Amino acid sequence: MIEINIEKKLNMYNGGQSIKFSGRFPLHMVTKITGPSGAGKTTLLKIIAGLITSESGRISVNGSIWLDTEREINLPPQKRLAGFVFQDYALFPNMTVLQHLQYATKDAEWINRLLNIAELTTFADHKPIHLSGGQQQRLAVVRALAIKPKLVLMDEPFSALDSKTKSRFLPALNILFEEIKTTAVIVSHYPMELDVFTGNEISMGE
Amino acid sequence: MDAAPIWLSLKLAVVTTLLLLIICLPLAWWLSKKRTLFRMLAEVLITMPLVLPPSVLGFYLLLAFSPQLGLGKWLNDVFDVQLVFSFPGLVLASVVYSLPFMAGPVKSALQQLPPSLAQASYTMGKSEWQTFRYILLPNIKPALLTAAVLTFAHTLGEFGVVLMIGGNIPGVTRVASVAVYDAVEQMDYSLAANYSVLLFGITFLLLMGVFIYNRTQAKSPLE
Repeated sequence: MIEINIEKKLNMYNGGQSIKFSGRFPLHMVTKITGPSGAGKTTLLKIIAGLITSESGRISVNGSIWLDTEREINLPPQKRLAGFVFQDYALFPNMTVLQHLQYATKDAEWINRLLNIAELTTFADHKPIHLSGGQQQRLAVVRALAIKPKLVLMDEPFSALDSKTKSRFLPALNILFEEIKTTAVIVSHYPMELDVFTGNEISMGE
Repeated sequence: MDAAPIWLSLKLAVVTTLLLLIICLPLAWWLSKKRTLFRMLAEVLITMPLVLPPSVLGFYLLLAFSPQLGLGKWLNDVFDVQLVFSFPGLVLASVVYSLPFMAGPVKSALQQLPPSLAQASYTMGKSEWQTFRYILLPNIKPALLTAAVLTFAHTLGEFGVVLMIGGNIPGVTRVASVAVYDAVEQMDYSLAANYSVLLFGITFLLLMGVFIYNRTQAKSPLE
């Protein structure tokens, strides 16, 4: 079980805003997070990954403490090793598709499978600038899975994919999730697109 | 025409640029991080040579290098190094003088990279150093090249500081810009014209190269 209880003040123009979140994500399952823009979904994912610090809160993952502001525990992202799919993809402009995955893992067989699932095998030596939006997004998704993370956090990971591609890509991901026993947290504006994943749905900011 | 001043200028510019590359990569990285008062003060100091009259900078460096005082005395006593009127002194002065030309653009380039690039690398378990080496550094290459060329050209063109620190010793500190001044003083206008046209040509070609390189870099391959 992943238990999260955090509060973070946001630096907004109107001041005084904060996001509060407490919830539990069952292990080896997909949890979907929905909610309007500005509800703090991205911030929540970044706090879980350790990329943003929250003023107060506690995050425990399967018994190990990632964050506990009272006991001054705050693991860096390198120790949390949560796979992360960024909304802007955060692909490395200097690296080819293959190099993105090689930067994360040495496992050539695993890399080939990821390339296959993302339908990027023929684009392995292309740099991101030579890829379409959908290809870039699929690369961002499989890169996050390359380290076989125990927890993967995905911020709008399928927004650039057409429905046909989605109908191939998502079921394949679902199988991968089960295989590497990862817990996935997926933020989406369109929860219907996530129907292929069984799991809880949490809505934020309402 | 004596080619020594031109060679000396080029040598000074190469050494200064290489030293500044080594100094400014970590420095710019440090500066590009979260803003603190200390960082801001450091940045102001680094930027000062850009706006300070070269004579003021030269005067302070002259004091600092003086074999009778502080740093200069220590260097003189311990290492037997004399900085005033010597090539090492010129190099040190040029490093200070051209520092903003290297540190500024490199820092801006690092800040302009989306923060998610480094973050993505951290979530894969990569250290700050690995992230800098394999992600940040390769992605600021065009800015790095521009900064290096500008630093080189700026060092070629410096005059006030070198004159105050180095004087006008042939083969040791008489760089091209000083040689021009010297030739004009002696009313040898054809010599001044020769040095000038050479300096003009070298810097023109350098800048041209940078502009061409940056143009081809900025073009999207899909258009």
